[in-house]
Amino acid sequence: MAILEFQNVSKLYNNTTKALTDISFSVDEGEFVSIIGPSGSGKSTILRCVNRLVDATKGTIIFDGHDINRADKRELRRIRTKTGMIFQHYNLVDRLSVIENVLHGRLGHKTTMSGVVGYYSEEEKERAFEILAKLGLSEQAYKRCDELSGGQKQRVGIARSLMQEPRLILCDEPIASLDPSSARIIMDYLKNINETMKITCIFNLHQVDVALKYSKRIIGITSGRIVYDGPPEELTKAKIYEIYQSSEGELITDDIG
Amino acid sequence: MISDKHMDKSKVSQDRSSVFVKRKRTFTLAFIIFFALFAISAAVAEYDVIGGFESIPKAVKWMSANFVPDEKAWSRLPKIFEKLSETALVSVAVTVCAATLAFFFSLLGTKTTRVNPWIGRIVRIIAAFFRNVPDVVWAMLLLFSFGQNMLTGFFALFFTTFGMLTRTFIETIDEVSSSCVEALRATGASYIQTVFHGIIPSSMPEIISWVLYMIETNIRSSTLIGVLTATGIGNLFDLYYKRMDYSSASLVVVSIVVLVIFIEMLSNKIRKVIM
Repeated sequence: MAILEFQNVSKLYNNTTKALTDISFSVDEGEFVSIIGPSGSGKSTILRCVNRLVDATKGTIIFDGHDINRADKRELRRIRTKTGMIFQHYNLVDRLSVIENVLHGRLGHKTTMSGVVGYYSEEEKERAFEILAKLGLSEQAYKRCDELSGGQKQRVGIARSLMQEPRLILCDEPIASLDPSSARIIMDYLKNINETMKITCIFNLHQVDVALKYSKRIIGITSGRIVYDGPPEELTKAKIYEIYQSSEGELITDDIG
Repeated sequence: MISDKHMDKSKVSQDRSSVFVKRKRTFTLAFIIFFALFAISAAVAEYDVIGGFESIPKAVKWMSANFVPDEKAWSRLPKIFEKLSETALVSVAVTVCAATLAFFFSLLGTKTTRVNPWIGRIVRIIAAFFRNVPDVVWAMLLLFSFGQNMLTGFFALFFTTFGMLTRTFIETIDEVSSSCVEALRATGASYIQTVFHGIIPSSMPEIISWVLYMIETNIRSSTLIGVLTATGIGNLFDLYYKRMDYSSASLVVVSIVVLVIFIEMLSNKIRKVIM
């Protein structure tokens, strides 16, 4: 069953710059999809249209049976609690402790007042510690986030999104600022979350090899249009060159083979 | 292919040397303009450069004869302390009030949290207006409505502080908090929740640092405003000065300087702790 559906979605910035043109695709529940494409091709815009950090200009986006663009404020908050998001720069509140950042994932479920005073129930706290344990961060729980390494920060980001009890996690360049070993740990955790918790994951990735290795489906974007949508096995070299609008020998992966 | 590269190289080196020539020219030109500006403005204002420097020793002599606190001045110390603490406390009160209001006002002005771009622009214009009218001018304007009392000084300082802090808060919030606000919005947190859980914790140290700076500045400027509004330490200085009791007046100045240095040291300590 499709959990997310884009129907002819277009996005113009400032009424002039075309970010997305006529994007249509649908993602089934439990899928692990990677979106690849050059910088500025509209990958981030696609993800941000899903939770309406960016409003689509035209077209319909259906998430879990709801038309996202028609959602009012309350409805939008509910939709956002169902979609976690992970960022390239982690976007944590650096001066707060790990556990506080993880609990932020619950804010969307609360009334404004109980959220403001920071009231969290015992179950929520227990759940937060459970998630931290699962991600190997138990010892860091009371540390301030600015004391953590990049890989640890990204795991806090994952923990925060898991606290939301999401059905979909949007990952915007989750490993672009990480060293290869932390990147691998993060990808493995996300893969594991996708398989064991049945949470749908949509990735923006720069690393084509990572996308090929981890995902069962790849969407290629060039200047705001989908140019490829299919399994990694069918993504030929020629197609990759088309996505990145380059010719043979110009990509860094060409030399590595 | 090779000759192509060679040509490129010679072109590059040509570009490079021309960049340096250009920079030299800019420097020379800037120096000439700078000097010319000085010469012209000195001529227009009939400022005698040599005479100005020559009078310095005389001024020092006069000041050291008249501005050294004597016995009588020291006996006025309790009175000076009383007025000084009054002025300092008013400055603190002004800054805290203005900061609280400026924080909520600045939320409407930041790119991160503004309700819409037009309101954001209006907020910035209002802040710029309050900031760019000097506090002394505010005091003179407010004298008409409030007369010579504490309230006039309070509002004069309040307006400039409010304008100044609104602007710095806007910049701080946009710089420090935009990424975590994005993340919190994405979790479904409401506007007020993102303010309390994202913006306040992430930008508070910077905000406190600015508030401390404004307290220092306000103690300094409240002295001058006190002269106009006949309140606080400024009034005391004015009184002694007009009585030609220069030694007492100088003790007032010294005590203000000591207080400001003390507050500066204190706020540096606080900054170190909270950062």
